Amino acid sequence: MAEPAQEADAHAAEGHGHAHGEHHEESFFLKYLWSTDHKMIAMQYMFTGMFMALIGGFMAYAFRMQLAFPGIEVPLYGQVSPAEYNSLVTNHGTIMIFWVAMPVLIAAFGNYLIPLMLGCDDMVFPRINRLSYQIFLLSAIVLIYSFFVEGGGFGGAWTAYPPLSAKAEYNNTPLGAPLWVVAVALEFVAFLLGGINFVTTAMNSRAPGMKMFDIPVVIWMIVIASILFMASVGPLVAGAVMLLFDQTVGTGFYDPDRGGDPVLWQHLFWFFGHPEVYVVLLPAVGIVGDVITVFSRKKLFGYRTVLFTAFATGLLSFFVWAHHQFISGIDPRMANVFTVTTVLISVPIAEMMFVYIATLYGGSIRLTTPMLWALSFIFAFIIGGVTGIFLGASGSDIFFHDTYFVLAHFHYTFFPIAILGVYTGVTFWYPKMFGKMLNETLGKIHFWGTIIPFNCIFIPLFVLGLAGQHRRIWNYENFPELARPELFQLREFATISLIVMLLFQFVFIFNFFWSMKAGKPAGKNPWRSSTLEWTTESPPGHGNWKELPSCYRGPYEYSVPGREEDFWPQDEPPAADAKTA
Amino acid sequence: MSTTKPIATTRSATGIPTGRLAVWWVIASEIVIFGGLLGSYIMHRLGHTEFGGYAAHTNTYIGAFNTFVLLTSSLSAVLAHNAAEKGDGKTAHKFLWGTFFGGLVFVCVKSVEWTIEISHGYTITSNAFWSFYYTAAGLHACHVIGGMVIMAIISVDVKNNRELQRVELIGNYWHFVDIVWIFLFPLLYIAK
Repeated sequence: MAEPAQEADAHAAEGHGHAHGEHHEESFFLKYLWSTDHKMIAMQYMFTGMFMALIGGFMAYAFRMQLAFPGIEVPLYGQVSPAEYNSLVTNHGTIMIFWVAMPVLIAAFGNYLIPLMLGCDDMVFPRINRLSYQIFLLSAIVLIYSFFVEGGGFGGAWTAYPPLSAKAEYNNTPLGAPLWVVAVALEFVAFLLGGINFVTTAMNSRAPGMKMFDIPVVIWMIVIASILFMASVGPLVAGAVMLLFDQTVGTGFYDPDRGGDPVLWQHLFWFFGHPEVYVVLLPAVGIVGDVITVFSRKKLFGYRTVLFTAFATGLLSFFVWAHHQFISGIDPRMANVFTVTTVLISVPIAEMMFVYIATLYGGSIRLTTPMLWALSFIFAFIIGGVTGIFLGASGSDIFFHDTYFVLAHFHYTFFPIAILGVYTGVTFWYPKMFGKMLNETLGKIHFWGTIIPFNCIFIPLFVLGLAGQHRRIWNYENFPELARPELFQLREFATISLIVMLLFQFVFIFNFFWSMKAGKPAGKNPWRSSTLEWTTESPPGHGNWKELPSCYRGPYEYSVPGREEDFWPQDEPPAADAKTA
Repeated sequence: MSTTKPIATTRSATGIPTGRLAVWWVIASEIVIFGGLLGSYIMHRLGHTEFGGYAAHTNTYIGAFNTFVLLTSSLSAVLAHNAAEKGDGKTAHKFLWGTFFGGLVFVCVKSVEWTIEISHGYTITSNAFWSFYYTAAGLHACHVIGGMVIMAIISVDVKNNRELQRVELIGNYWHFVDIVWIFLFPLLYIAK
């Protein structure tokens, strides 16, 4: 195999021949801000995502305080006005999905893992990759800037339904609303560029010998998610252009008085919005699958089953969008169809969960921190999935629609995805990323300090939703039915749990940065995993390997009978077969 | 700009060159963007018979002329590809600029056409038909201009017989832009 080639950058020339390219002299700017190295771009995405998560978490804190203690002077924030409340909930949702879940789960893990798990030196288009991050960063800056313009940030919910979102005289955010649309559209462009890179790299640049079904599940999932995103976001890009014109130029695409149709936006939005759920879910499921297999020391149960169910999920996800619109005045016959497809899509997802449970069965389970996160993902996501059945059925959804039951349901799906899935991945690949082990004790404190308060936040919200508590209401004191003291106690309990959970995140942040310096050296393969990324140095140098690996077998050859080691690295030549005989 | 590429870029597990594969994915994602816009337009069109009356104010002759220009520029793109296949960068360079010129004529004619329409009072805010008309044709024109810019950039390398595969890639994109227009022309001009 040839010497690892350089990146397409001119500065890379001097790194030629150095296995650890990062040790040669590079300016700070070239190394950290203008790098085309997939690992650096992954770090940029991850740190930007984590920064945005802090903002999103802080927003949740501010509006939860207002809900539990209406009118209170919120510490570190101040009074939450109704307009600010709307802006906070809107941007909390937008940030957590588009600026946390997407960049960390798809962009950061995709960028980091795809070349390393496939055994190549970089993404196929390193400069497009860099451009993708730069556009993403710009989108984040536009979004944050929109909070500070005249009129404040956009407050029309992350779904941005017109006419509220289309007309400044309704939403009172003449600048915030268009900036919000621009930020989201830029973010889409960034992920389209990134997605093309991911899919092309996975299709073309696998290590010699790596067949389709030798690709680790997490890579499959990121690729399927990228294709889903590509196939679903187009109509919303068109819809966003139309919405932007409605807001700024004065067209009437969504204005029924002028021949437009507001429900059109709902279709365009949810045609993207529901596949989007699976766009972020699938990478998390992939991460969890890899981690569970490694720490069960057992071959993944039904590798192909997982893939085929992921394909089925992807396909079905294009036919469920109208279950968000059961009370938007759609034809009841259509509601029937969408009820059936919605309930159907729970079958492949449930199958994946069963496959993971079956992988655990009879395994030699090690309860490391990443494994705890992975197990908690299954536990929490099943609650999210089961409560979804009630919402997918059009009859019960008419009652549940827009209550806190819906809110608690999708937090039981998105929290496992964006938080538990991310922590699973970060704690698992941290040794590879930084060459040091995270502290296990701190990791477990952080785990329990997150998972217990998480349930304490959202189980009360299920109860509140069943009590009829609607979303997007600034102060429940104005509603006698909802202002009862027992309901306020539940709100306060949820809010205090949130504060506890947010405080425990500092344990993680401390562990993350402290372990970079003081953690135990990880070595090449601390978890004794068989996939390719563990065959190179931690952290991998410039070009990832001194000599690019070849692949000889599937990714999950654990506890193969007759072998001394309980794992069988993908790159070990079959000459070693003699040992297994 | 250095031409050294990562090994990843030169691998081809599918047998399809990486660049071609990527352009197909770009086109796939563009199809759904235009698909969403045209799908919305068609749904509106079916629901509003008065759209036919508005469409009568578009100029079919100018539209037909532009269709002809764009299709001819695609011929030039094919000839450029043909030359690039033979390794003749100089000829490919010439034909690329032929395609560029076609795109330029298209955009110029379009500006004249829009000027006439706007001066007659048909603006993007007039009604839903004109909103769709300017948005869809405008988005398409942006793609034409984008393609022209890319062609101008790659023509430098192509002239020196470097990166000849890019002629095929931009050609694929240009045909896609062409096909979008073939959908737009009947939808916006002919169906009255």
